[in-house]
Amino acid sequence: MSTVLSASVLSTRGLAKTYASDGVEVLALRGVDLDVSAGEFVAVMGPSGSGKSTLLHLLGGLDRPTAGTIELDGRPVEKLSERDWAILRRSRIGFVFQFFNLVDNLTVAENVELPARLIGTSARDARTRREALLSRLGVSARANALPSQLSGGQHQRVALARALVNRPCVLLADEPTGNLDSGSAAEVVSLMRQLRDEGQTVVLVTHDARVASAADRVISMRDGLVVDETALVDGEHPSAVVSQLLQLEA
Amino acid sequence: MRYAFLALLAVAPAHGYELKQALEQRFGTALAPLNAGQVYTTLARLERDGLVLGADVPDDGRQKRIYELTPAGRAALETWVATPSPGTKLRDEFFLKLVFAAAGGIDSSGAVIDRQRRATLQALRDVTSVTANGNDAASLLADGTALHLEADLKWLELCEQRLNRKDTR
Repeated sequence: MSTVLSASVLSTRGLAKTYASDGVEVLALRGVDLDVSAGEFVAVMGPSGSGKSTLLHLLGGLDRPTAGTIELDGRPVEKLSERDWAILRRSRIGFVFQFFNLVDNLTVAENVELPARLIGTSARDARTRREALLSRLGVSARANALPSQLSGGQHQRVALARALVNRPCVLLADEPTGNLDSGSAAEVVSLMRQLRDEGQTVVLVTHDARVASAADRVISMRDGLVVDETALVDGEHPSAVVSQLLQLEA
Repeated sequence: MRYAFLALLAVAPAHGYELKQALEQRFGTALAPLNAGQVYTTLARLERDGLVLGADVPDDGRQKRIYELTPAGRAALETWVATPSPGTKLRDEFFLKLVFAAAGGIDSSGAVIDRQRRATLQALRDVTSVTANGNDAASLLADGTALHLEADLKWLELCEQRLNRKDTR
């Protein structure tokens, strides 16, 4: 592995979330301890209802925990006000979802620049960053298109650009490939790998094992708990894997 | 290797080395290396069974045996192509471990499933890293393998649910 992992960018202790649904308490998350190192790419896997999306939403402040702590960049954030969370989300956290990533009536360029402008980045700097990101993600040619004119794969690339424009300390992705064909999904995953290689911390939630297998570490969740985790490495001799696929006997 | 050779000989007669090269070219890195001994054993058996016919021809002062497909060979090839192949078998070794680990008090089924999941995820990572690599035959094979590994993971999830991991850990 090329990157030396440093201190935790994101960590939780005893993170729990209980919902009331029709008068019944639902334990969506039942005490999760998680540490994500700077530059690490972590995938969270599990069947629907396992709590993986709830976890991601708590990490990004889209929802509040019932119990437990969250530290982002060494700073406790679970008790932040709505307003402070909004500021934090804009400046330090990048989000990519399965749907609803872009503003429909803004162009690709405007969509990507928007978060930068919202935190007071000058128009000129926002534009420079947008151009670099769109180019980096291979969608420069679509800068003036509207989201409705993009293919699914292009849409998620632009969503990645938008999520990254404020140089977030962590990128949170919730089933970002869930709506894509396998070719586009593979491209988006490969881009996330490259971003990780460039030092971006990524937490990805998915039910797709092939997508998860691109991560440095895969965390398995069941019934609101982390039940297992495993570190994955790039094969030393990937060709050896394929060479064993076809065995012709005499 | 038998049918691969029959299929190549259906295109044109060839000698052993040419057949070996043609296979290596077609499948690239997907193919486990063939040794010359295997190649000649296979051809000798095909000839013994009347599916190919060999003839020695002089080549640069040496003898080379050129093989061609016989009518019986063509019929065998056509039957082979026309017959659906048996489906891939499940990992019965894992299943035995799963069934007997807990029964024998050796390990919990949850632990057996966890280990298998970790190994399967790593295999998926390995195989996904080569799906994008050039050679069509190799990447199709790798994609097929990846789909099987994904099915294995779903099956592990099912095993876990049915065996109710809370009680078995």
